[in-house]
Amino acid sequence: MADDKFDAIVVGAGPAGCACAYVLAREGKNVLLVERGDSAGSKNVSGGRLYTYALEMIEPGMYQRAPLQRKIVREQIMLLGERSATTIDYFDPGLGEKVPQSYSVVRAKLDEWFAGEAEAKGATLACGVVVDGLIEEGDRIAGIRAGDEEMRSDVVVAADGINSLLAQKAGLFSDVEGHNVGTGIKETIELPDSVISARFGVKDDEGAARVAIGCTDGISGGAFLYTNQGSISLGIVFNPVQAAKQGRHIQEILQDFKMHPAILALIEGGTTIEYGAHMVPEVGYRGIPERLYREGMVVTGDAARFGINTGLIIRGMDLAMVSGLAAAQAILHAESTEDAGPLYMEKLEELMLLGEERAYQNFHKIFEIPRVFREVPKLANEAMQFLFTVDGKVPTPMVHGLMGVVRKNVSLSQILADGWKAYRSL
Amino acid sequence: MSIKRLSPEESLALNKFAVDEGHPHIRVDKAICAICTDRACLVVCPARLYRLKDGQVSFEYAGCLECGTCRVMCSEGGVTSWNYPRASFGVTYRTS
Repeated sequence: MADDKFDAIVVGAGPAGCACAYVLAREGKNVLLVERGDSAGSKNVSGGRLYTYALEMIEPGMYQRAPLQRKIVREQIMLLGERSATTIDYFDPGLGEKVPQSYSVVRAKLDEWFAGEAEAKGATLACGVVVDGLIEEGDRIAGIRAGDEEMRSDVVVAADGINSLLAQKAGLFSDVEGHNVGTGIKETIELPDSVISARFGVKDDEGAARVAIGCTDGISGGAFLYTNQGSISLGIVFNPVQAAKQGRHIQEILQDFKMHPAILALIEGGTTIEYGAHMVPEVGYRGIPERLYREGMVVTGDAARFGINTGLIIRGMDLAMVSGLAAAQAILHAESTEDAGPLYMEKLEELMLLGEERAYQNFHKIFEIPRVFREVPKLANEAMQFLFTVDGKVPTPMVHGLMGVVRKNVSLSQILADGWKAYRSL
Repeated sequence: MSIKRLSPEESLALNKFAVDEGHPHIRVDKAICAICTDRACLVVCPARLYRLKDGQVSFEYAGCLECGTCRVMCSEGGVTSWNYPRASFGVTYRTS
């Protein structure tokens, strides 16, 4: 370095940080990309699925270079009973034919690749560096501290994930609250590709994504399953506040789910090779802090709590990439360090990230309906059992029988209240 | 190997960890935990590193998955400091 001051220091080589560093470096900026893991992705856990439109926004065709796992062509929604399961299965090869599509991903591979791309464009990648603090000059953030070292820049991009320690150090906002996050835990289960493809009815480069409810002991939350190359990601995201109240350990609830006959049939013969945990922003727009910048600093990705969860669509990495791109564009177009923050907010609007967040802003209220996680899946399975049981006796009339199943699980007033709440949330 | 129920210890044994001996990245004040009635940590720490021993909350930082849930869910301030492990220590995820 001719000058020991960078145009930008990006903290965190996840999807947000890599996207930002990649674009800045490509446009000729002097960028330092700092990562606390020994390699990018080594501290990261995701479900995970990436919607590739985000990589396409950064650079057309970029997703074709990325180490993606399987193209998702099968979307499944599973309602679990105690031993039974009702699954809605949407198969559509058209889902994967063109951008936008989605792929399962493994972060150790994806992030390492993405950080390498940024490096190839000229960014300086420094792995194994934990940022301890920020350098402040007057009202301005002027760089970072790591151990005894100080590194200076015009802008610090906080892409340090959901724990957002940097934004807290900068006094931008306080720690995320328990009711605004989900705690995700997952096992990676190794299985031969041919077995995965056969069990999920897909080709070897195609895959399935599954969400499941009825497996959380009634806690607000749900399970996920993604098929990768040579492995399956299987986990549950819990609302930690509700989990704390019921008293059973969440790792134990994951074991129940794994051993459920309908799940076990999919993973039998496999080997668990890793156990991970990560928090995810869970309430979308309403969880985003009011201030995402101050002079010399912008906050991106999970650190800014960008996330969309509709129950069916769970997004974080794509939004992180878009926010990283927005930060890069803001830095590129800012005329002074004071400009970058407000410009970043404008870019978030321009790139439609905030518009998308607003469109889903009430969705999380559906997850506040307690019956969604216990009674509804139970009811669905009991209704199926009624419909498919043949025992040689005179059957209960269909409508009467089904109403009986419904009444056993929920009252009419609950149905009306829940239905109204769900309608108001969509 | 085949699929079986795993205890938290068995789950953690699958992971790659480098323990920073003598340098806990999370500090817990047991005197504060003693007056806490929520004790969410006992249930929500994915690694189950918070345990009840003789009625007291005990904490072990080796095996931490670095998620942050304990810090967020701590209601009385018993988690007095929460940082990431020093460089090259802590968990290294390979397939997550």
